[in-house]
Amino acid sequence: MRSQTLNRWLDNRNVLGLLFMLPAAAILLVFLTYPLGLGVWLGFTDAKVGRGGGWIGLENYQWLWEDSVFRLSIFNTFLYTVVASVIKFVLGLWLALLLNRHLPFKSFLRAIVLLPFIVPTVLSAIAFWWIYDAQFSVLSWTLVKMGLIDEYINFLGEPNLARASTIAANVWRGVPFVAICLLAGLQTISPALYEAAAIDGATPWQQFRNITLPMLSPIIAVVMTFSVLFTFTDFQLIWVLTRGGPINATHLMATLSFQRAIPGGALGEGAAIATAMIPFLLAAILFSYFGLQRRKWQQGGADK
Amino acid sequence: MASVSLKQVRKSFGHTEVVHGVDVSIDDGEFVVLVGPSGCGKSTLLRMIAGLEEITDGEIYIGDRLVNAIAPKQRDIAMVFQNYALYPHMTVFDNMAFSMKLAGRSKREQRERVDEAARILGLEEYLERFPRQLSGGQRQRVAMGRAIVRKPQVFLFDEPLSNLDAKLRVQMRTEIRELHQRLKTTSVYVTHDQIEAMTMADKIVVMNGGHVEQIGSPLDLYDYPANLFVAGFIGSPAMNFLHGSLVTTTSGRAVRLAPDCTLAAGPTEEPDGRKVVLGVRPEHLVINGPAAAGVEAEVIVTEPTGADTQVFCRMAGREVAAISRERHLFAPTTRIRLDVMEGKACLFDPETGQRL
Repeated sequence: MRSQTLNRWLDNRNVLGLLFMLPAAAILLVFLTYPLGLGVWLGFTDAKVGRGGGWIGLENYQWLWEDSVFRLSIFNTFLYTVVASVIKFVLGLWLALLLNRHLPFKSFLRAIVLLPFIVPTVLSAIAFWWIYDAQFSVLSWTLVKMGLIDEYINFLGEPNLARASTIAANVWRGVPFVAICLLAGLQTISPALYEAAAIDGATPWQQFRNITLPMLSPIIAVVMTFSVLFTFTDFQLIWVLTRGGPINATHLMATLSFQRAIPGGALGEGAAIATAMIPFLLAAILFSYFGLQRRKWQQGGADK
Repeated sequence: MASVSLKQVRKSFGHTEVVHGVDVSIDDGEFVVLVGPSGCGKSTLLRMIAGLEEITDGEIYIGDRLVNAIAPKQRDIAMVFQNYALYPHMTVFDNMAFSMKLAGRSKREQRERVDEAARILGLEEYLERFPRQLSGGQRQRVAMGRAIVRKPQVFLFDEPLSNLDAKLRVQMRTEIRELHQRLKTTSVYVTHDQIEAMTMADKIVVMNGGHVEQIGSPLDLYDYPANLFVAGFIGSPAMNFLHGSLVTTTSGRAVRLAPDCTLAAGPTEEPDGRKVVLGVRPEHLVINGPAAAGVEAEVIVTEPTGADTQVFCRMAGREVAAISRERHLFAPTTRIRLDVMEGKACLFDPETGQRL
């Protein structure tokens, strides 16, 4: 009798579906929902490292609102994200267009372009640390030898120079992802469209404007969303290069959160900073959600 | 409108030459079909006329103008692609108006010309749709609409019907023909389908392996093929080829296929004993004719199609197809007699393949 009931249950579509969803749901709950919930909750407490805190409501946020370093970190994060993303997009698109042509050693070049992407971030950050070093910088050395400058540049020592340097390092690391994704997108565009456009009288620039860009726009939306999310939450590169310095000029929200929470011991406050990133990230996701909605021309028609 | 002429046109990709010195002249208003098996260089030739492929050697004229070094957009041509190459992100209207938009024509002119083309092609209701929302035949029409709004000197068609189903293909064939009769624009049409070539062309250019095999009107090619390739390529079912040697019999010249097995060859100057290939079209084989003339054959299968009956049989060790208006219903292995209609045999040189 019991096995019959069990069998009937297992034949039920809904029960079966629930069973199959269970492992994935468990992983999401344990590794995503719980830490996220814990983080948000910590943001409302005065927890310190080694001491569970009590509920203090919005006090952390009130305190942060007055905190000029926190405000600076928001500004830094936006500057970092916007400038780096724009440069990554432009360079990535340019690289993708170049790689999409018939070049000698095409696959070799494509593999090379991916290199910055496969090196662990911390390793490339350490390399950049040396490149930017005040005394041993190979960049400064080259420029001096070329006679362009007289003394070594303190790349990571001056606020604006440090911002530019960290952005450059982030761009170097992020361009391959953008370039390779856009290259994949470019390759889905039928060459016949360009031939038709050439016969219709389009110049190369008009072909780019009227064919390449609109056909690529769905992929651009996906790639740039990911790129923005990655850049906004960047931590490793900054932490290795500057730890947020000089004078907090390169502190991003992620690095500030970590610094306050772990080395600083103020878990609650760090969690509040991390939680403060959520609205911005949600906004970026919503933006792409609406941007990603299938364009009208992609809808309808079952066959290609 | 303009004539098109190709003079000793060659094309190489790297060290491989794929088009070996082609001469074709196309008159003003003519509908010319380039036909041949895949890889024969017909599409490459078309793309060279369009300016999408560089011309390695030789000259192409559109009208009186040498176009070798002229960009596609300045050649005043329009092309219909095999996969239509419609811009997927533009509406039907925008697809058709794109060239005029680029040329900076006024909105009013764009509207007028697109409306006119849409009326000719029956696309009025679909102007605001996107290509995805159209059926294959409608997309094909949009591709043609995009070509005709430009009022070009020459239309180029690159296997435009090969993506359509059989019924639609026949229908569009007629439509393209009608369109040509209406617009009288010089057209070059590439296909691998000899039936399309036969039904549509004023003039057919048969190509094979980068060479032109023969140029002529459809019926000329059918009745007087210049060589074995053309004879075998044009016509369906294909022409029967029978190897043998010339002899003289009491009833005239004939080809001996086997001992005691001769078929009439019609008058020829070639000497007796010469090895030849006798080519006979299936409909030129008489089944069980009045006299006891002809050669005995054994029926393999009979296929009635209603209008006529195709009989496949074995004669002198070779398979042979015959078509008859009569509704024969031979059982397999039935023995019948086949004879060649008078004056309908073609003789070819077995070495060179050329017609004798």
